[in-house]
Amino acid sequence: MNKLMIWYGELLSQKSLIKRGFLFLTPGMLWLIIFLVLPGLILIVVSFATRGSYGELVWEFSFENYKRLLGYGIFGWTPDYLLILLRSVIVAIVTTALSVLLSYPLCFFIAGKPERTRYLWLTIVIIPFWTNMVIRTYAWFLILAPEMPFARIAAFFKLISPGMPLYPSAFAVYLGMISMFLPFVALPLFSSVERLDWTLVEAAQDLYSSNVRIFMHAILPQTLPGLSVGVILTFVPAMGMFVVPDLLGGAKYMLVGNLIQQQFGTSRDWAFGAAISMGLMVLTMFSLYLYKRKSKGVDLI
Amino acid sequence: MKKITLIVNIAAISTMAFLYLPLVAVAFFSVNNTKYGLIWKGFTLDWYTKLFQNELILHAAWNTLVLAVVSTVVSTFLGTILAIGMDRFPWPKKMNTVLDMILHLPVIIPDIIFAAAMVVAFGFLRSASTLFEPGLLNMIIAHITFQTAFVALVVRSRLVSIGKDVEEAARDLYAGTTYLLWKVTLPLLTPGIVAGAMLAFTLSLDDFVISFFTAGPDSVTLPLYIFAAVRRMVTPQIHALSTIVLLITIVLVISMERFTRKFNVK
Repeated sequence: MNKLMIWYGELLSQKSLIKRGFLFLTPGMLWLIIFLVLPGLILIVVSFATRGSYGELVWEFSFENYKRLLGYGIFGWTPDYLLILLRSVIVAIVTTALSVLLSYPLCFFIAGKPERTRYLWLTIVIIPFWTNMVIRTYAWFLILAPEMPFARIAAFFKLISPGMPLYPSAFAVYLGMISMFLPFVALPLFSSVERLDWTLVEAAQDLYSSNVRIFMHAILPQTLPGLSVGVILTFVPAMGMFVVPDLLGGAKYMLVGNLIQQQFGTSRDWAFGAAISMGLMVLTMFSLYLYKRKSKGVDLI
Repeated sequence: MKKITLIVNIAAISTMAFLYLPLVAVAFFSVNNTKYGLIWKGFTLDWYTKLFQNELILHAAWNTLVLAVVSTVVSTFLGTILAIGMDRFPWPKKMNTVLDMILHLPVIIPDIIFAAAMVVAFGFLRSASTLFEPGLLNMIIAHITFQTAFVALVVRSRLVSIGKDVEEAARDLYAGTTYLLWKVTLPLLTPGIVAGAMLAFTLSLDDFVISFFTAGPDSVTLPLYIFAAVRRMVTPQIHALSTIVLLITIVLVISMERFTRKFNVK
C-alpha cells in the first residue's frame, strides 16, 4: 500500500497522494453529502411518515401517502391526483415536442448567418434563457389581456366572453411553457446544427430524395446529440414546473409541481408532499430510461 | 429549395418574436403614464423613480444581491477544489462514478424536488438550532449546494481541456505542491473558475423555486417580490422593476458570452 509511485512528474508515496486528494475532495463533497444527498434520503423516509393533526410529522410508517397519491382516499377511489400526474406528463411531452419543432428552423436560421453576426443572433436566444422565469411568465398577462388583439380575436369568434383575458387557461399554460423551454432545446440543438455536414444533405438532394427523407436520414442523425440534451433539459424541468401553471393556469389547470407546492405551503402536509415528490422522481427517472433506450435505437439506424 | 429557405426564415423570425413579444410588452408598459389598464397614455419614467423610494423593493434588491454574492463566493471556492480533487488524483473507477453521479444530481433532479428536500432538511435542523428558521441563511445554503455542483462541472471540463502536461513539466522542474497550485494550475484554470462563478451568480439571480421554498418573511428577493405582487395585481411599477432585472440579465449574458468566447477560441 505504501509503495512509492510517480504521479505526473512527482515522486511520492501512494498514501500521501491519497491523503492530499481527500484534502481537495472533502470540503465540497462533504457539503454536497450533507445538503444534497442526506436531504434526498430524508425526503424518501418522510414520504412514508404520517401527518399529525397540526401539520407536524408523526413517525408512523406506512404506504398511506402513496395510496393517497394513487387515488385511494377516505371516500373511496378518485382519479384526481392521477389525473394531475397524467396531465403533467402530457404537458411536458407537448411542450417538448413543440419546442423541438420550433427550434429546428430557428437553429437553421442562425447557423445560416455569416460568422460575424451569428453570435449576435445566438445571444438573442440566450437572453430569454437566462431571464427570470417569474418575469417571463407574468409577461404573458399583458399579451393575453382583454385589451390586446389576441383576446379580442378570441372574443370575436366566441371562444371567450368579451372583456375577459385569455388566462387562466390550458392554452395560456401551453404558451407559457413553450416560450419558457424553447431556448432549452434551441441552444444545445444549435451546437449540433452548427457542425452539420451539409454535403450529406446535398448528396441526398442530388439523389432526388424527398424533404422528409432528407431530414430523417441526413439531418436528424447528425443533430441527435444536441437534440437529446435539449429534450432532457426540457422534459425533466417541464414536468416539475410550478410557476407557469400557478400564474397562467390557476386552479383550473394544476400540475404536479403545484400539488407539491401546496403540500409544503397551505396544506402543510410534508409527508404527502414528499410522496408526490417521489412520484415525480419516479416519472422523471422512468422517462429518462425510456428515452435512453429509445435514442439508442435511433443511434443504430 | 428556395421555398424551404423562406419557410425556415419565416418560422425562425416568428419564433423569436414569440420569445420576445412578452418581454417587449413589459418594457413598453413600464413607461406608460397610467396606473391601470393597457392603453397608451404617454411616456413617463415615474415608475422607475418610484422604485427607488419603495423600501420593500430596495430591501428585496439588497437581499438578492447578498444571496447571490455570498453563495457565489462560497460555491466557487468549494466547486473549484472539488473539481481539482476529482480530476487530478488516481481514484478508483467506482469512486469516480459515484462522485460523478452526486455532481450531476442538481442537473437532473427537478428543482422542486430539491426544494422540497431542503424544506424537510431545514425542518430537522431547526429542532437543533433556531439558526435554521426560514430565511437568508437557509437560502444561501441551498443556493451554494446547487451552485457548487455547476461550478465543479465547469471547472472540471476546463481541467480536462488544459491537460496535465504543463503541470508535469513544472514538477520536472522541481515545483513544490503549493507552488504548482498557485503558479501553474490556478492561473491556467482562471478562465474556467471565472466562467463557473459567472454561471453560479446568474443561476442564483435566476432562481425562483428554491428561494420560494426556503425564504422567510424577512428575506424576500426580487423574483419572490415580483411573484407575490403579480398574484395580487399587475402594476406599471412591477413592469419597471422587471425591465431593470431584464437589463441586468442582458448585460450579464453579453459579458458571459464575450468571456467564454474569448477563452474558448484561443
